[in-house]
Amino acid sequence: MTKSKIAREFPPPRPGGERALALSPGFVSRAQPPGPALVIGIGHPDRGDDAVGRIVAGRLNERPPVGFRVVETDGEAAKLIDLFGGADDVIIVDAGRSGAAAGTIHRLDAAFPLPRPMFAMSSHALGLVESVELARTLGQLPERCIVFAVEAARFDLGAGLSPAVAEAVDDVVARVLEEIGAEVT
Amino acid sequence: MARKTIKVDYLARVEGEGALTVTIRDGQVKEAQLRIFEPPRFFEAFLRGRAFSEAPDITARICGICPVAYQMSAVHAMEDALGVTVDGPLRELRRLIYCGEWIESHTLHIYLLHAPDFLGYEGAIDLARDHPDIVERGLKLKKAGNALMTLTGGREVHPINVKVGGFYKAPRRRDLAAMADDIKRARDMALATVRWTATLDFPDRQRDYELVSLSHADEYPMNEGRIVSNRGLDIAANQYDAHFEEIHVAHSNALQARIRERGAYLVGPLARFALNFDKLTPLAREAAHAAGIAPVCRNPYQSIVVRAVEVLYACDEALRIIESYREPDRPSVPVAVRAGVGYAATEAPRGLLYHRYRIDDEGTILEAQIVPPTSQNQASVEEDLKVLINGWLDLPDEELRHRCEQTVRNYDPCISCATHFLDLRIDRG
Repeated sequence: MTKSKIAREFPPPRPGGERALALSPGFVSRAQPPGPALVIGIGHPDRGDDAVGRIVAGRLNERPPVGFRVVETDGEAAKLIDLFGGADDVIIVDAGRSGAAAGTIHRLDAAFPLPRPMFAMSSHALGLVESVELARTLGQLPERCIVFAVEAARFDLGAGLSPAVAEAVDDVVARVLEEIGAEVT
Repeated sequence: MARKTIKVDYLARVEGEGALTVTIRDGQVKEAQLRIFEPPRFFEAFLRGRAFSEAPDITARICGICPVAYQMSAVHAMEDALGVTVDGPLRELRRLIYCGEWIESHTLHIYLLHAPDFLGYEGAIDLARDHPDIVERGLKLKKAGNALMTLTGGREVHPINVKVGGFYKAPRRRDLAAMADDIKRARDMALATVRWTATLDFPDRQRDYELVSLSHADEYPMNEGRIVSNRGLDIAANQYDAHFEEIHVAHSNALQARIRERGAYLVGPLARFALNFDKLTPLAREAAHAAGIAPVCRNPYQSIVVRAVEVLYACDEALRIIESYREPDRPSVPVAVRAGVGYAATEAPRGLLYHRYRIDDEGTILEAQIVPPTSQNQASVEEDLKVLINGWLDLPDEELRHRCEQTVRNYDPCISCATHFLDLRIDRG
């Protein structure tokens, strides 16, 4: 599968399909609230488009969605897994890179392995993909874990968001709210 | 001549930030070049023109793993410039927040990054598959460090409660006391960590490093002390630039630090441990002894055990501070602004972190200099690779690559300050 194709595709339906259907965008009902629920914005505030997850979290915190706690983090694995431990419904927003146009919003369901090349990795740190897989291995992955990855253009220190990613912020906020079927305070 | 290149299998998110090239000719490592990326250079420029009071918050953002170290070096350097002394409970609280960072940072490295190297696993996920109990212990221990940082620092990522002169708000005695049982449990886990890391299979390799760390008359060093070495160095922080130099090397746009007229040196757990062994708590000393670690350990692969000993010490020290804590009369001491130059070195988990600032009479920063531990260790990493991996050159490329990574990881290079995205090449000619 090409990277751009990964970017366009939604994950395949889950076996059984019911939960996947029930959790499609816009179908989460406040009448059937999920368990402890969390939106996690990941990134570094000073590194160009890497800040987008935290900017989206900041925007969401201006009018917190009912029933969801919104937090920001640098994405370090142990902190993420600790956050996962207290939640069964998690939405993650992070910058990523797949080769698609900057500002493209990818929706990924962590019920399936995340596309490894899209997120930061290194031999000296654990990135989002490793964090999710480590949580899965330890049985600590939330029942639902959706990742919105915003296609980034630059990660330069002090650069601020690129125009395309800055323009996408409103859409990402809307997509997250739609995903969680949120009523806004 | 055919060139064989091996790359680590990932897509660099930021190209060119970190790269290691090992060149092998005639059965010997001819050259090892580590290129690292250094956010501190950006921050040095960013700090100029900002208020002295902003330095702790700005420098905390250099690194998500060791923000406290940057804050501590920043506040001590500013207080040096301003003639301010922070003592009593506020000084103790600074040690407490540093204990939290040591526990958190060391534990992350021991369990999730370094241990898999020794056990033949590709990474923490594979380790967790076979030994979930071990990884879960690591995560719980790290969480205890996070809790200390959050309680004292206000926030565990980029703490916001630290200021020049003290803290914005001092924690209540009852809030610290409530953590004592958690820290006692963490201490048990830390002791188990020392014992577990001692069972790992260490390559039999040693080097005769010049070891550099802070040294303090009364305590295992964190925030204060003279800069000393096992070869006679003994200076105050304000003499750092006279004895150390940062040089440009052709293969890296980062600066490498060296001791003038002597060269590479080693900062971090091995150096602190060797130069301050007698300042550890009895429990930490006994655990090190039982683990078979000599007070002067020159095998860099055993740094994983020394980190575990330092975690044990940090738990012990945190408990001492919590149990003896008296709430300060005020959360910070008054600071009168004046022009000056301030110097400080503190002990980040990875080693000595030096800051120097020059401020004007309104407190505006005119110059900032930040020398992180990883750039101080960079020359030693390269020398290790030239010397230590020679016995492994007959290994298949994949195994040799793994040995190189393990050797670099001995240093726990800061993920933000240094090899954030390491691209490893082995060139056999």
